[in-house]
Amino acid sequence: MNHRLKCLLAAVCLAPLAAHAEDEVDYARQIKPLLQGRCYGCHGATRQESDLRLDTAALAIKGGVSGPAVIAGKSSESLLLQAVRRDSDEVSPMPPDDAGPPLTAAEVELIRRWIDAGAPRPESEEAFAAADRRGDHWAFQPLERPPLPELRDGDAARNPIDLFVLARLHAAGLAPSPAADRPTLTRRLSLDLTGLPPTPEEVDLFANDGEPGAYGRLVERLLASPRYGERWGRHWLDQARYADSDGYTNDVARVMWPYRDWVIDAFNADQPFDAFTVEQLAGDLLPNATTDQVVATGFHRNTQQNREGGSDAEQYRVEAIVDRVSTTGVVFLGLTLGCARCHDHKYDPISQREFYQLFAFLNSQDEPKLTVPRSGPEYEQLLEVRKEIAAAAKRLDAIEAELAGQLDAWEAEQRRQEPPPVQWVTFASPDVRSAGGATLTRLPDDSILVGGDLPETDTYTIVASPGVPRVTALRLEVLTHESLPGGGPGWASNGNFVLNELEVAAVDMNSPANRRRLNVARAEADHAQPRFPITDAVDGVEKTGWAINLKPGTSGSIHTDRTAVLVLEEPWSGDDATRLEVTLRHNNKAYLIGRFRLAVTSAAAELVKAVPDNQLAGLLATPKQERSAEAQAKIVEIFQQRNPKWSAQQQRLSRLQAKEKQLASAGTVTTLVMQERSQPRETFVHIRGDFLRPGRRVTAGVPDWLHPLKAEPSRPTRLDLARWLVATDNPLTARVTVNRIWQQFFGRGLVETENDFGRQSAPPSHPQLLDWLAAEFISSGWQMKRLHRLIAHSETYRQASHARADLLETDPNNRLLARQNRLRLEAEAIRDSALAAAGVLSTTIKGPSVFPPQPDGVMTMTRNPNRKWNVSEGEDRYRRGMYTYFWRSTPHPFLKLFNAPESNTTCTRRDRSNTPLQALTLLNDEAFYEAAQALAARILRDAPSADPDRQIAYAFTTCLGRQPSRAEAGALRRLLAAELAEPPGGEPGVRFAPASNLPDGVDAIRLAAWTSVARVLLNTDEFITRE
Amino acid sequence: MTDHTELTPLLARRDFLHHCGLGLGSIGLTALLASDGILSAASPAPGDPLQPKAPHFAAPAKAVIQLFMAGGPSQLDLFDDKPKLKELSGQVVPKSYTEGKRFAFLKPDSKLLGTHRSFQRHGESGAVISEALPHLATVADDLSFIKTMHTDNFNHGPAKLLAQTGYQTFGHPTLGAWLLYGLGSVSQDLPGFVVLQSGPRGPRGGSYLWSNGFLSSSYQGVPLRSQGDPILNLGSPRGISPARQQRAIETVAELNGLRFAATGDQEIAARTASYEMAFRMQRTAPDLIDISDESAHTLAAYGVTPGQASFAFNCLLARRLVERGVRCVTLFHTEWDHHGGNENLQEHFDKVCRQVDQPTAALVRDLKQRGMYDETLVVWGGEFGRTPMGEVRKSTGRDHHIEAFSIALGGGGIKPGISVGQTDELGFYPAEESQRVHVHDLHATVLHQLGLDHLKLTHRFQGRDFRLTDVGGKLVHQLIS
Repeated sequence: MNHRLKCLLAAVCLAPLAAHAEDEVDYARQIKPLLQGRCYGCHGATRQESDLRLDTAALAIKGGVSGPAVIAGKSSESLLLQAVRRDSDEVSPMPPDDAGPPLTAAEVELIRRWIDAGAPRPESEEAFAAADRRGDHWAFQPLERPPLPELRDGDAARNPIDLFVLARLHAAGLAPSPAADRPTLTRRLSLDLTGLPPTPEEVDLFANDGEPGAYGRLVERLLASPRYGERWGRHWLDQARYADSDGYTNDVARVMWPYRDWVIDAFNADQPFDAFTVEQLAGDLLPNATTDQVVATGFHRNTQQNREGGSDAEQYRVEAIVDRVSTTGVVFLGLTLGCARCHDHKYDPISQREFYQLFAFLNSQDEPKLTVPRSGPEYEQLLEVRKEIAAAAKRLDAIEAELAGQLDAWEAEQRRQEPPPVQWVTFASPDVRSAGGATLTRLPDDSILVGGDLPETDTYTIVASPGVPRVTALRLEVLTHESLPGGGPGWASNGNFVLNELEVAAVDMNSPANRRRLNVARAEADHAQPRFPITDAVDGVEKTGWAINLKPGTSGSIHTDRTAVLVLEEPWSGDDATRLEVTLRHNNKAYLIGRFRLAVTSAAAELVKAVPDNQLAGLLATPKQERSAEAQAKIVEIFQQRNPKWSAQQQRLSRLQAKEKQLASAGTVTTLVMQERSQPRETFVHIRGDFLRPGRRVTAGVPDWLHPLKAEPSRPTRLDLARWLVATDNPLTARVTVNRIWQQFFGRGLVETENDFGRQSAPPSHPQLLDWLAAEFISSGWQMKRLHRLIAHSETYRQASHARADLLETDPNNRLLARQNRLRLEAEAIRDSALAAAGVLSTTIKGPSVFPPQPDGVMTMTRNPNRKWNVSEGEDRYRRGMYTYFWRSTPHPFLKLFNAPESNTTCTRRDRSNTPLQALTLLNDEAFYEAAQALAARILRDAPSADPDRQIAYAFTTCLGRQPSRAEAGALRRLLAAELAEPPGGEPGVRFAPASNLPDGVDAIRLAAWTSVARVLLNTDEFITRE
Repeated sequence: MTDHTELTPLLARRDFLHHCGLGLGSIGLTALLASDGILSAASPAPGDPLQPKAPHFAAPAKAVIQLFMAGGPSQLDLFDDKPKLKELSGQVVPKSYTEGKRFAFLKPDSKLLGTHRSFQRHGESGAVISEALPHLATVADDLSFIKTMHTDNFNHGPAKLLAQTGYQTFGHPTLGAWLLYGLGSVSQDLPGFVVLQSGPRGPRGGSYLWSNGFLSSSYQGVPLRSQGDPILNLGSPRGISPARQQRAIETVAELNGLRFAATGDQEIAARTASYEMAFRMQRTAPDLIDISDESAHTLAAYGVTPGQASFAFNCLLARRLVERGVRCVTLFHTEWDHHGGNENLQEHFDKVCRQVDQPTAALVRDLKQRGMYDETLVVWGGEFGRTPMGEVRKSTGRDHHIEAFSIALGGGGIKPGISVGQTDELGFYPAEESQRVHVHDLHATVLHQLGLDHLKLTHRFQGRDFRLTDVGGKLVHQLIS
C-alpha cells in the first residue's frame, strides 16, 4: 500500500468524527441543558453535593472538594468527564444509580468535545439564584411564642400546657382522662423526678394532705432532693455516652466520674441549660475557667479510644472528632450531622463541607488529663501536708547551708581519725521465700540469686539466726550477676529495681504469730536514684521505695553493687528460739531485686555507715581543688548522711512525702478534659469520609441557613460554637431540649424522632405546644427545674394511664395525650427500686464508680477474661445503679439487659424491651434474691402488726406505693400459705440474709416463705413500671 | 423500632378475670389465652418481636452456624497455595505491592514468607487444603471456598465488628440480630441467637460482637457459657425448688393479670409471656448441655471429652441448638493472631488447627447425616487473613492482611465444591479486581440463603435506613445453587 492510499483510507475512516470535531459545541444550546437535566439536582443552586456546582461553566471549572471538574482542553483529566464516563477509580460514576440512567455515549462524547475545545462559554453566565436552603421545614423556622388557645367552659386547665393539649383533644372529640389517684401520682412523680419509688410514709403524706397546694409541696420536695440530680443527670449521661473505660479492643479503665459528678451537681444546682451547654463544650475557654468548668469539658472526652497495638492513632483521633460532631448535632440541634461525613446530607441542608466546618471547631484541642481534688477530708489533709513538706524542705535546705560551712572541718577530722572497723556477719543458710513463686537460690558467698518464673511483683522473706548476740544494724547488699539484665543488680530491663518496703521483725519460732516489728532509726545507702532515697524503703508506705538508676548525665554504671544500712531504733537480742525476719517488698511491675545479701552487726550505731570509711578516705585523698564534681558531691552526700541532724530531717521529709503520695491518690483524681491548642489544626474535607484522602481545606463555621455565629473576627473557637448552640435565635436547641424533657415525663416526645428534627422527622403532635415550651424555656433563662415543675403541674401529666376503649380506634398510640402512658422503668431505676424496697439502698451521692455483685463469668468471653470485678463491700454494694462501674466491652449484665445504653454513641432515647432474660434475672439474680430476702426480713421486722394481712399490705405498699386489692392480697395469702407448707427438711432457701437481720422468733422457714412473697412482688410488672 | 408502649387491642377483660380467678393448673397466662383461641399454643405473645416472620422469598437455609476464627487465620498456610511465594521466600516484597498500603505492624520493606506446609487437592472438587487440616479435607466436597475475601480495617476490633455488623464502629446490629429481626425465632424455649466461646480468651470486641445494636434487645445474642449456669441467671436461687419457682411465676402471672384487668396495658401480657418462656428455658437449657444422650460414636467423631470445654464441645452444642430451632449460633475460637512469638506459625498454629479441624469436619458430617445440612449454613473464617510477608518477632509470623483472604462455607443451599476467586502469585491481591468479595458481599449472600434481601432488610435509626450491608453487598452468584 502506498503512502497516498494510506492517507486516503485514514481520511475516509476519520471523516465522520472529523466532521463533528469541526462543529463547535454550543455550550448554551447543547451542554447546559444536558447538565441542567442530569446534574443540577445535586450540583446546583439548592444542593451542592461534594461542594460542587455545575450551574455555570465557571463554577464547573472552579470545582468542588475533589478539585476542578473541568480542565479546559484536557478532557481526560477533567473529573466531570471521568464521572459521566463511569470508568475512573478517582471519582464515583455519575449520575449515581438512584438518579437515573447513565449518560448516553453521544452525550458523553459531546461533553468531551466541549472540554477539549477549551470549554468555550458565554462571557456572562448567571448562576441560578440561591434558593432558601432553610426551606419551609417547621423545625428550621425561627421560634415564636404562639398565643395560648382559649380556655373553654368546663376545662379544668391548670396551666398553659393543658390548653394546648385540650384544644387538640376537643378538636378530635376526645375527653382527657381523670387525674390518677394520689398514691399513683406520688409514685409517678417520685420515679420521674428522683428515679426512686416513694416510701409508704411519703405516699401517706400526700394522700393525707388535705390543705391546698399539697401537690405543689410534693413536687417541690422531690425537685429539692439530691436524688433529682442523680436521676436527671443519668438521662444526660446517656446523651454524653458516659462510661468508665476506653472501649474498643483493650477497653482500658479511665477516670471520668468527676465529670459524672459535675453533671449531678449541675442538675441539683439547677444550672441554666445555656451555661450547662457552654461549660461542657468549652469550659476550658471561659475567662478564668474554674476547675469545675474544665471538668465539664469531659463531655466530649467520653469518646472511645482505641489502644489496640498496630492501630493508627490519627485514624481514631479523627473517629473521635466525627463522633463529637455527630453527638453535638444530635444532642443540641437534633440534626443527623453524621450523615454528611461522607457525602452531602441526603435530606437536610448540610453539605459535606459544612460537616467539616463543624469538625474544624472540634479539631483544635489537645486532650489532656487534669488532676482535680476529690471532696473529702483527704484533700484538706493533702493541702496541709504539702505545707508541711514545704516547711520541712526549707528546714533541710537551712541545715545543708549550715553544714556547708562545717564541711572542711569535718574533712580534716575524717583524715585524722582511724575509725574502728565494723564487723558484719552475713546471714548464713537463711530460710528464704518468694511470695510470687520466684526461685531464690543461695550462692556460695551466701548471697541470694532470684530467678525462675518471675512474678510481676514479689515479696521476699528471709528468716535467719542473726549469728551475733546483739543486733544494732542490718546491711543489705544488692549485687550484680551475669544472669540479670545487663548484669543487674535488679530484674528490670535496665538492671534497676525498686525496693518499696523493707521490714525487720523478730519472730518466735515456737509461735510464729508472735512477731515483733523492729523499727529502723536511720537508713543510709551508698547510692540512690533521685527521688528514690533509701529512706523511702522504711517509711511504711508501699508506694515509695529505693531505686538505683543514675542521675541523667552522670557517668558510671547502674550495674554496680550497692549497699544500704539500716540502724535499729533499739538494739535487739534474741534467744535460740527467735529469728530475725527481713521482708523485701516490690510493688513496681518487673522491678525486682535480682541478687542480694544480708548481714548484721553489733557495732555501735554511730559507726554503721553505708559507705565504708576506706572508700571515703579514698575520695578525700584527692585535694579539694582537683576533685571531680561527682566526687565532691559524693563527699557532701556522705557528710550529710552521717550528720544526725540532717539525717533526721531527711527522714522527716521522706515520711511527709510518702504521706503526700498516699493522700494525693486518695484526695485527688486525674480525669480527662479538653484544652484548646494555641495553633488550630488544619481541617480538610475527607473525601468519602476517608481521613487519608484530604480534599479542600476548610475553616470553622456553621451552616449559613441557620442563625449566624457571633464570633471574634479572627477565628471562631469551640466557645463560639457553644454560644451559638444556645443563642436565643437558634431555632433548634430549645425545641430539641424541651422535647427530650417532655419525653422523660410521657415516654415519648411531642416529636417522636427525638434525635432528628430534620426533614425526615416525624411532625410534632402539638407543634404550638412545642414552640410555646421552647420559647418559655428560653425566656425563663433556660431554667430546667422550672420546666420540670411546669410539666409536672399540668393536668395532662397528672392523668391516669389506664387504657381506654374509646381511644383504641382514634388514637391507639396516645399521640393526643388523652391519658398518661405506662412506662417500664430504666435499668438503674429497677435496681434502685428493689434496693429501696429492701431498705438497703445507699444514699451516698457521687464518687468513684462501684462494683456491686454480678454473675460469675461475665468477663470470660472478653479479651480480658481475667479482668477482676472485685465486688464492693459494705454500702457500696447497694449504691444507686448509676454508680455501677461501666466497662464498655462488658457492661454489668443487668444494665445491658434492661436497655441501658452501651455508651458507644450518644443515646437520646432508651429502648424498653421485654425479654425472658429479664425475667430470669429478676427471678434468679443473686442481687435480686438478696433484695427479696432483705425485704422479707424488713416485713417481719417493721410491719405494724404480725397479722399476715397487715404484713402483706405493708409489703405491697413498700413495693408498689398502694394498698393491695382484695384479690391481690388473696393471691399473696395463698402463696404464703403454700410456702409455709413446703415440707420441712426441704431446703430453706436461706442464702444471703444475715442472721442478725432476723427478728426474734423468726425461723428460717418463715423467712423463706416471706422471701417468696417479696420475690413475687419484686417480679410483678407493676414493680418495674411507672404508671 | 418496636414500640412496646403502643397499645394493641384490649383482650377481653372479663375472660382474663375469669381465668385469673381460678386456680392456675397449668403454668401461665399465655396458655390460658391460648385455650381461648386468642393465641395459638405455639405462638409467642402478641407483639413479641421474636414472632416468626415470613422471609422475603423461599430459601433453603433456616439457620446459620458461624465458626469464627478470631485473630485472623493464615490463608497462606491453610487454603491458598502459592508456590511462587515459597520460591521467593526471604526476598523483599516488590514495592509495587505495598505502595500506599498501611499495615498494623509491618514495615513496607518486609520479606516474603513461603509456608513450610504442603498442600494437596482433595475430593472430587479438587479443593486445595494444606496438611494442617487433614479432617476438613475429608469433607472438602461438602464445602466451598472464597479465596478473595477482603475487608476494610486491619485492626482486630474494628475488623471483627465489620465481620459481624457490616460496620467498623460500634452500635450496629450483628448478623444474628438481623436474622432474628428479619425472621423471628421458632424456638419456644431457647434464645434465637446463641454465642459460644472457646480458646484462651474471648474475642476482642466482646459483647459488641453479638449485640442487637439499635434493634430491640430481644434480638441480642445470648452467650452460652461452659462454666456455671450456661445462661446467666438460668438456675433458680439455691433452695428454690422447681415447685417453688413455678408457684412464684404463677403468682406473678396472677398479680399481673389483675393489673392487666385494671389498666388494660397489653405490655403486661407480654411480660407474663416472658416469664413463662424463662421458666421453659430453665427446664430445657440443662438438657441442651447435657450430652449424655449422644452416642460414644458421635462424641468420638467430634473429639469431645465430656465435662471439658472445647471448640469440639461447642460444635456439638451448635448442632444441638440448631436442632432445637435456634436461628443463629456463633462460635468464637481464639487465638489465631499468629504474628510470631507466643502465637507462632509453627507449634501454636498447629495446635489451633488441631483444636478446630476435627470438630469442624465432624459438624459438617453430622449435620449431613441428620439431614440438617441443607437447611444449615456453616461459615468458617476470621476477621481477616495474614500477609504474604513475614513479620519478625521472637519467631517469624505474619501480620494482618485485608486485601485477600480465604473462608470456607457450606450447607444451607450453598453450591458445594466451588472455589471463588484466585489471588495473584504472591497471594497478596485478587488476581483480578472483579473477583474481590467484600464482607458485605458475604453478608448479602448469607442473608439471601435465608430468604432475606439485604436491600430490604432495613431499620430506620437516626434519620437513616440502616442495613447489615451498609451501602454495599453483591450476591456471590457462583455459590448460590
